Amino acid sequence: MHRIGVFVCWCGSNIGGVVDVPRVVREVAKLPGVVYSTDYKYMCSEPGQGMIIRAIREHRLDRVVVASCSPRLHEDTFRKAVLLGGLNPYLLEMANIREHCSWVHQNDPEKASEKAVAIIRRAVAKAARLEPLVQKRIPVTRRVLVVGGGIAGIQAALDIAEAGYDVVLAEKQPTIGGKMVLLDKTFPTLDCSACISTPKMVSVARHPNVLLLTCAEVEEIRGFVGNFNVTVRLKAISVDYDKCTGCGTCWEKCPTKVPNEFDLGMSYRKAIYLPFAQAMPNKPVIDREHCRFFTQGKCRVCEKVCPAQAINYADQDKFVTLQVGAVLLATGYELFDWASVYGEYGYGRYPDVITGLHFERMVNAGGPTGGKIVRPSDGTEPKTVVFVQCVGSRDEAKGKEYCSRVCCMYTAKQAHQVLEKIPGAEVYVFYIDVRCAGKGYEEFYLRALHEGAQYIRGRVSKIYPEEKKLIVKGADTLLGRPVEVAADLVVLATAMIPSQDAAKVARVAGISADRDGFFLEAHPKLRPVETNTAGIFLAGTCQGPKDIPDTVAHAGAAAAKICTLLARPEMTIEPVAAEVNQKLCTGCLLCRDVCPYRAVEAKEIEEKKNGVLQRRVVAEVNSGLCQGCGACAAGCRSGAIDLKGFTNEQLAAEVAALCGW
Amino acid sequence: MKIAYFPGCCYETSAREYDVSTRAVCRHLGIELVEPPDWNCCGSTPAHSTDRLLALAMAARNLAQVEEMGLAEVTASCALCYQRLALTQAELAENGELLAEVNRLTGRPYRATVKVRPVLDIIAGLGEEEFRSRVVRPLNGFKIAAYYGCLLVRPSKTKVDDPENPQMMDRVLRLAGAETVDWTHKTECCGASLAISNEEVVVRMVARIIKAAALAGADCIATACAMCHFNLDIRQEKVSRLLGKKYSLPVFYFTQLLGLAMGLNPKEVCVHTHFVDARPLVKKII
Amino acid sequence: MQQAIALPGGSARFCAEVEEISGQDVRRCYQCGKCTAGCPLAFTMDLAPNQVMRMVQLGMENEVLNSQAVWLCAYCLTCTVRCPRQISVGDVMDGLRILARQKGILGSGRGRRVALFNESFLASVKRLGRLYEFGAMLLYNLKSGRLFQNADVGLKMFLRGKLKLGTTRVKKIAEMRNIFKQRLPAVRQEREGVRR
Repeated sequence: MHRIGVFVCWCGSNIGGVVDVPRVVREVAKLPGVVYSTDYKYMCSEPGQGMIIRAIREHRLDRVVVASCSPRLHEDTFRKAVLLGGLNPYLLEMANIREHCSWVHQNDPEKASEKAVAIIRRAVAKAARLEPLVQKRIPVTRRVLVVGGGIAGIQAALDIAEAGYDVVLAEKQPTIGGKMVLLDKTFPTLDCSACISTPKMVSVARHPNVLLLTCAEVEEIRGFVGNFNVTVRLKAISVDYDKCTGCGTCWEKCPTKVPNEFDLGMSYRKAIYLPFAQAMPNKPVIDREHCRFFTQGKCRVCEKVCPAQAINYADQDKFVTLQVGAVLLATGYELFDWASVYGEYGYGRYPDVITGLHFERMVNAGGPTGGKIVRPSDGTEPKTVVFVQCVGSRDEAKGKEYCSRVCCMYTAKQAHQVLEKIPGAEVYVFYIDVRCAGKGYEEFYLRALHEGAQYIRGRVSKIYPEEKKLIVKGADTLLGRPVEVAADLVVLATAMIPSQDAAKVARVAGISADRDGFFLEAHPKLRPVETNTAGIFLAGTCQGPKDIPDTVAHAGAAAAKICTLLARPEMTIEPVAAEVNQKLCTGCLLCRDVCPYRAVEAKEIEEKKNGVLQRRVVAEVNSGLCQGCGACAAGCRSGAIDLKGFTNEQLAAEVAALCGW
Repeated sequence: MKIAYFPGCCYETSAREYDVSTRAVCRHLGIELVEPPDWNCCGSTPAHSTDRLLALAMAARNLAQVEEMGLAEVTASCALCYQRLALTQAELAENGELLAEVNRLTGRPYRATVKVRPVLDIIAGLGEEEFRSRVVRPLNGFKIAAYYGCLLVRPSKTKVDDPENPQMMDRVLRLAGAETVDWTHKTECCGASLAISNEEVVVRMVARIIKAAALAGADCIATACAMCHFNLDIRQEKVSRLLGKKYSLPVFYFTQLLGLAMGLNPKEVCVHTHFVDARPLVKKII
Repeated sequence: MQQAIALPGGSARFCAEVEEISGQDVRRCYQCGKCTAGCPLAFTMDLAPNQVMRMVQLGMENEVLNSQAVWLCAYCLTCTVRCPRQISVGDVMDGLRILARQKGILGSGRGRRVALFNESFLASVKRLGRLYEFGAMLLYNLKSGRLFQNADVGLKMFLRGKLKLGTTRVKKIAEMRNIFKQRLPAVRQEREGVRR
């Protein structure tokens, strides 16, 4: 018989205010194997842990049950205490009587107390069947792949490289810089976005520890934490960067004009082009979809004029494989495509209805209008400008239910810029709520108000042209009256959505996304940069809408977590992993199909049957990849798979104890 | 093609042109329209504003007759009748208990099998080639503002086209040789249901629509709703007084225009009884 | 200045009643005002649509049911198709009309005229099974006490042959009367009111 100790936590009044803790302690003392039971106000605190450590020694406990909160919160804490008490840390079982009991049964303390006893009965039954488990050690490749070269990817790559580790920075566009480098001034300090981001672009590209790959897409990620094998596709750019000096002769002479996507189509570039003057690398690529040579088979002007003979039309996509210890996803965001669903705003038919990003390009000195705010329809300066917030955000009918977090502030900033650049301008901002939670944000909003921006609380229902004006039909809900503005220019603050490739990247990396397509962090509060797949990390807006300060902070946090992982040449991994009993395995490999972490592989074994050596296929679990989810064990038809720490026998005992059998 | 036809209460009076032209065009296109033998008022706005089951039962009594006739589809020219019948059909098809309750009220065991389609949808559903081959008198020189109103495009359960920028009527009118204008008030409400009770309010609503059609350069308006047609046609003098500018845009049913394009005699499609005289415009092509 | 809204004022009960009859989740409304912004009739309403929604949330039954706004709503459903919270505001308005009707409230001013028109319309349909336009207009003029309103419209219609003086009746009128009898004791009441 085991010697089990039960420790019941009050969690202040969280548990103690509902559950009759002393009664529970008395009742669980009678359970088979329990030789000691006690309670304390905060079991996770230093004195609480001390009680456990002392009791293990004084009462010669060999199994410990802690009845408190969710194991997600404090299993680790109590395992460490059990270890200090001299036991294997996996001889701990937790009973969650907070989330599963007191929080959901506040109105029925009597039944809650009964339920708490039942939950602990389950834990005791399992504890009696726990086996010691040993953590394994695996080597770590001290190199990181960063996917996405926006501000998040750049910041994290720099931080990790500065710590002394190698970084591969892969960006799918021809230049790094992401969305931030397209912006003009940034709130609330009004510093120039390009001035603070282009030096970082240069630093990261020149950093001796960073290998920069542009026009690069991650095709495959195999392996497990510390030991990933990554395949990256390098798209054919038709320019040899070893020879190219970036002199610009080619794009001067190129005869084909294409709308420039980096200016959202408001300017033109050539078919061989540099996306913008400060692009990094500062060398051109050929856009084969538009290049005359690739579409019509003749031209070759760039080849003829290139003094470095760097043009290579025969260039082909290349694949490179890399060994890395961790992967950081920083794939960023895109803007919600309002024009396909907002018929009431004209389905994109009215040229003077633009998005906030169009406005940024326009007001940017390096943009298509050289910094002048104009109406795209006729190039004239608008006198009345209307901003419409929450276009696609907080709109479950047409867009997304969530708040995009940045629009209130950039709208205030853009309102300020209109008032600053256009004397006598009238600015109206239609909003539902103004959300300014950030350092200096509320102050900035008030500044825009005082400069003359007229804020009107109500959504806009319709925008339509009437002669040269756009009629904006909104409402002032504070007065309960409809409002009409005859505007020259309308700027829509469209929602932030995950990048188009996000779903593909999630699939390749083997991680989950939330219902909106943002990558799912391992814990919303305590593990915001980790994913549920060990070794895959997140930075920036791929995880959810963020402004620049939050993105940089998130990226820094991710870099720190990655450096922690790489700091030691070896790492320990959780022993809670699936194990295949090869004797029972029939080789059906259903487990391989259901495994979300690609941890199960087929393996051929030799065995003697009736004296004859035979070969057959069985399943094998890679314990480095296995996250202990148990899907394979549940799916195994022949009962050949057991999850350590959650064996079939243990689970059956728990069910029996819960049901009172 | 044989299809049940619900003419609606105004078919002999305020919406006579719609009924006459719908029947004429359908006859010409080989669509046989059969009236349910004892149809009643669809219930209209007053019924659903008063009692939900009353509204459902009134519409269901008509739908049940279509089922009794052994027909799968019913069409209504009037868009309000269409919406009432279609909404009733949608609600009864998804709620068996409600259907039983409504059948108890009507005394006619309806099984909720009838498909309800507006005349516009039926005609727009014909093949493009078939359509072109019928056009013998293209509507050259007509600049039309196609006005859809509320009832064909809202709510989403019964809409036949986009609620913000529908195209169905534009498409058939263009096939008939007309030019249609891209304008801003295609689906703004004209307020017809308040016309009797609050005319001064409705004149202001009609004024916005007429003004927008004129601004877009249209020389006439096409409608697919009996309520809209009457409302836009009869109120233009008052609109002119309100806006201080003379407006007299002929308002057609789209079926009248199609009839003309298919070679029907203007009298056959009843273009002589409008409040805004449509005959000078019609003379363009005859 | 208006009086303070006294809470709690039974908000849960009235709001639940409106949700039940309209089939709409009124509590989801976050007051963005897009309904008001797009409403073609907001200019003539005493309460804006978003204010009606708010008052329902707060349980202000008397003020809502006595408003003209619920009657001036033309059920055009512009609000419904544009509501970001997927609430059919039009159906909430419809539900409020039904509730007002059940409680014998006809409102005042322009709103009352709509309610009276609806009654005249239904009275005609109850008698004949179909709408008799001329009859309904006359009855409405009687009810609203403005005998000669719409005379110009009527005359225009008459001159174009669009006003019929004879009536057409549904053959099995008993079926229609049965529907009305079961669903509408209220209509009878109002006709008595007219005689008085």
